[in-house]
Amino acid sequence: MVTELAATELLTRAWEIAAAVPDPELPALTVADLGILREVTIADDRLIVYLTPTYSGCPALHEMRRDVASRLAEAGFAGAEVRAMLSPPWSTDMITSDGRRKLAEAGLAPPRSVSKAEGPVPLTLFAGGPPVACPRCGSADTERTAAFGSTACKDLRRCRACGEPFEHIKEI
Amino acid sequence: MPFDTAYEAITEENDSERWAFGTGFTDPLAGVDTSVPDGVDGADLAAYCLMLGDDALVMSHRLQQWLARAPELEEETALANIALDLLGQARLLFTRAGAADGTGRTEDDYAFLRGEREFRNVRLAEATDSDFAGLIARLLVFSTWRLALLTRLARSADPVLAAVAAQGVKELTYHRDYAAQWLIMLGDGTSYSRERAAAALTAVAPLVSELFEPTAVESRLAAAGVAVDPSQLLAEFADVIAQVVDKATLTWPKALGLAGVSGQAGRDGIHTEAMGFLLAELQSVARATPGATW
Repeated sequence: MVTELAATELLTRAWEIAAAVPDPELPALTVADLGILREVTIADDRLIVYLTPTYSGCPALHEMRRDVASRLAEAGFAGAEVRAMLSPPWSTDMITSDGRRKLAEAGLAPPRSVSKAEGPVPLTLFAGGPPVACPRCGSADTERTAAFGSTACKDLRRCRACGEPFEHIKEI
Repeated sequence: MPFDTAYEAITEENDSERWAFGTGFTDPLAGVDTSVPDGVDGADLAAYCLMLGDDALVMSHRLQQWLARAPELEEETALANIALDLLGQARLLFTRAGAADGTGRTEDDYAFLRGEREFRNVRLAEATDSDFAGLIARLLVFSTWRLALLTRLARSADPVLAAVAAQGVKELTYHRDYAAQWLIMLGDGTSYSRERAAAALTAVAPLVSELFEPTAVESRLAAAGVAVDPSQLLAEFADVIAQVVDKATLTWPKALGLAGVSGQAGRDGIHTEAMGFLLAELQSVARATPGATW
């Protein structure tokens, strides 16, 4: 039996350990920065960590789950279990302000906020939306060059001011 | 934890003698409550998940066949990303099926160890593409239909299906947009690209009517608020396709639906000749090395 106080401390410590796990595809960011670390709780004397998948097919989730479990085990949380939490689905709006800053520092344009609407998705023939500021020189004179990039979460852009290509985290 | 080689890292938790790429993929629904909601038939729910999962797996495989064949690197990247999203959706749906019917079958059992007659995908998903325009027309039809379906399925009475659909909506929005922009570029392009785009619409048109014909399973589950009755998707589908075809300065061809066999089609396990070849490729390694884990 753990006391209430001890349980709170344990949960805080476990949260901090899990929160520090990096995304293997965006190593500058942690699972907490991405907003995919949803909940750390204790059930039946067992530590349970909930992570939310980003894209349905994102292979990084498997690595992050494994890293969270092994780091917790190393820190003495034997038998910690990592579970998937599917709802509400992940959105780039869940990336924290720290996460956005780290993305920009790593040369990746952070996502803009997502407009949410109910009902049928209108056909927009989306050409990339309003220009994304260049993470290198800050110019807004940029264009989208490809709707899909090296991982599911990115598209490709180019800055007309400094001439550099860059990646942008797509809004979902 | 540092490793000397990438091989060491990926085989860390596995018996390396049986290692294959992808080994150690864990249950994508680990920790999710997969109990079947009250009043819902588990066998029906599993059958429905297989229909939607098979659509995604088979379409994903066809897209993967374009890798190293696409006209430009950017398009190859786009097709690979779309294929990966659909593969992820298939994994979730297969795992949901195995939990719902109580057999505990895994995603691999469904993908690699079923015969052709057990696959329930619409025939649109298995069709081959004669050129890039053919792929674009098929992807436009597929993603427009599936986006309309998943938008409604996000309100399913099965919380797992609802969650999988809600995430899929975000992904399909990008897929549909990609295909629509390419069809417009081809249709409203040179006389040669226009000719190819028009031929692509003619090739895909007979595969469309099947998308809106409900099976008994879909009708029963739709009545229970679990599934979407596909006949309800036709208006939205027609509206979106009309917008794209119009902008592409093309016309949608009049076509009779591709006949089935005794009224049976993809959802009943009756497929076209293309399906056997697709499965032979998809399943060859798993069948040649029984017991391998993936």
